[in-house]
Amino acid sequence: MKIDISHIAKLANLPLSSTEKAKFEKQLGETLEYIEGLNEIETKNTEPTSQVTGLENITREDIAKPSLSQKEALSNSKSTHNGFFKAKAILTE
Amino acid sequence: MKLNNLNIKEARKGLENKDFSSLDLTKACLDQIKKLEGKLNAFVTITEKEALKQAEAADELISSGQDLPLLGIPIAIKDNFSTLGIKTTASSKVLDSYIPPYDATVVKKLKDAGMVLLGKTNMDAWAHGSSTETSDFGPTRNPWNINHLPGGSSGGSAAAVAADEVIAAIGSETAGSIRQPASWCGVVGLKPTYGRVSRYGVIAMGSSLDSPGPITKTVEDSALILEVLAGKDEKDATTSPLPVGNYSQKLNKNMKELKVGISKEYFVNSIDKEVQGEIERAIKKLERFGAKIENIKLFDPKYAIDVYTIIQRSEVSSNLARYDGIRYGNGRDYFKDEAKRRIVFGTYALSSGYYDQYYNKAQQVRTVIINDFNKAFEKVDVIIAPTSPSLALPVGATKDAAMFGEIADVLVEPSSIAGLAGINIPVGFSKSGLPIGMQIIGPQFSEELVLSVAYEYEKLTQNEEWRKLKPNL
Repeated sequence: MKIDISHIAKLANLPLSSTEKAKFEKQLGETLEYIEGLNEIETKNTEPTSQVTGLENITREDIAKPSLSQKEALSNSKSTHNGFFKAKAILTE
Repeated sequence: MKLNNLNIKEARKGLENKDFSSLDLTKACLDQIKKLEGKLNAFVTITEKEALKQAEAADELISSGQDLPLLGIPIAIKDNFSTLGIKTTASSKVLDSYIPPYDATVVKKLKDAGMVLLGKTNMDAWAHGSSTETSDFGPTRNPWNINHLPGGSSGGSAAAVAADEVIAAIGSETAGSIRQPASWCGVVGLKPTYGRVSRYGVIAMGSSLDSPGPITKTVEDSALILEVLAGKDEKDATTSPLPVGNYSQKLNKNMKELKVGISKEYFVNSIDKEVQGEIERAIKKLERFGAKIENIKLFDPKYAIDVYTIIQRSEVSSNLARYDGIRYGNGRDYFKDEAKRRIVFGTYALSSGYYDQYYNKAQQVRTVIINDFNKAFEKVDVIIAPTSPSLALPVGATKDAAMFGEIADVLVEPSSIAGLAGINIPVGFSKSGLPIGMQIIGPQFSEELVLSVAYEYEKLTQNEEWRKLKPNL
């Protein structure tokens, strides 16, 4: 089984050192091997279940209700600017 | 009588009769916490100042004749429940300075019911584990033997209840995180049906599995807290619109009408012999009390480890994606090994080309497990099994075990995957003095039945010698 651990780390936006990469690559391989037993279960005609109690299409009226204030929403951010969260640039010229 | 040793029912009676005040009760708990925390480390945050104020306010309400289900009762809450103005870390350094600007629905309901919040309890970081050893703030110790682990992830809550640091506590379970630490610490832990209790404001782990619930000294207390917590919440679309029962008023079940299913698949090869013996004795007692014991064959729980590992780690990788250090908390370099391991696996399982092979396959086998339980519940009312295949393990046991939590919780994973109701009750002790727990599993939304069976068992074994034991701390 080929695992591209750097690709996974990039997808997960997870900073991993080279030692960690080696460790988690090995453990991921072992865990994937462990769960192979699942293939013993025949599921060709079985529907997947994602919601166990069977609720479907739960909606509410689209009415605005009181929410957190801007100040509260920003209260835990280390970096704000004019009432906004400040993040690093994503797009470059 | 030390006030902190009381359960909710006893404490309510004492408060009502003016035998003592909520302030007396709260101070007794805080004294016990101060005495034991150096040994146990059950708390991440102790909210002494707020607790004393809340106790005084509760005393005023009591003297004005107010009657609320938890008025003046000191309670601790696992540190993955958002608490307005009180640090909430999920035992991770990523959130070591996070102060939520709102309360989780569970917290709001407990406040409305009059509780005194004593503090936030320690847990496996992000609830990833079954030992409380992966907490970034150090492991919690088992009150029955501090060289052993309390289980997890709600290990702080279970240890605090077992050590009488609190009158009751709140935990959350994804697969085992209430029942397993309750088993290892010798207390009552209820995992309600998925969607019976709101997840709003709980730091998410596996969103299709997470179920908050009470950890208490008695079954009756568990029923009382569930009454407060349960119900539909418009902030959590997966909460059920089914009516909430008067659980604490309906704790009776004629054992002669009860059909109990036992599956030998749940007495796995690796099971501790003392655990097995104690559960078999408990089953014999149920039979003596009139219950009809039936052998059933459940789907081998070993497959639940695979299903749970895939579903939970996939949902973990998605839920932890929000921790970017921009809006709150520290950056992703603050995650420790267990979280990283689960994010790596989940990201892999959900990445392009692997969805059908892993997540979808697991959700299909989830259907197989649900159907298997449905078939069993056509024949029996409840299923009884050991909660954990082992006694509380020694501190250090989970180090470098890449799948410790998932494997340790083999006996609670199938029912969690199917969203069923389940409860752990203590049934005895090992020769070494560690608690042994039994789980009672019922169909979805069978909390009334599961609690009633647990209550009957507790009542009929009330005079057994081991019940007099207290941790020697």
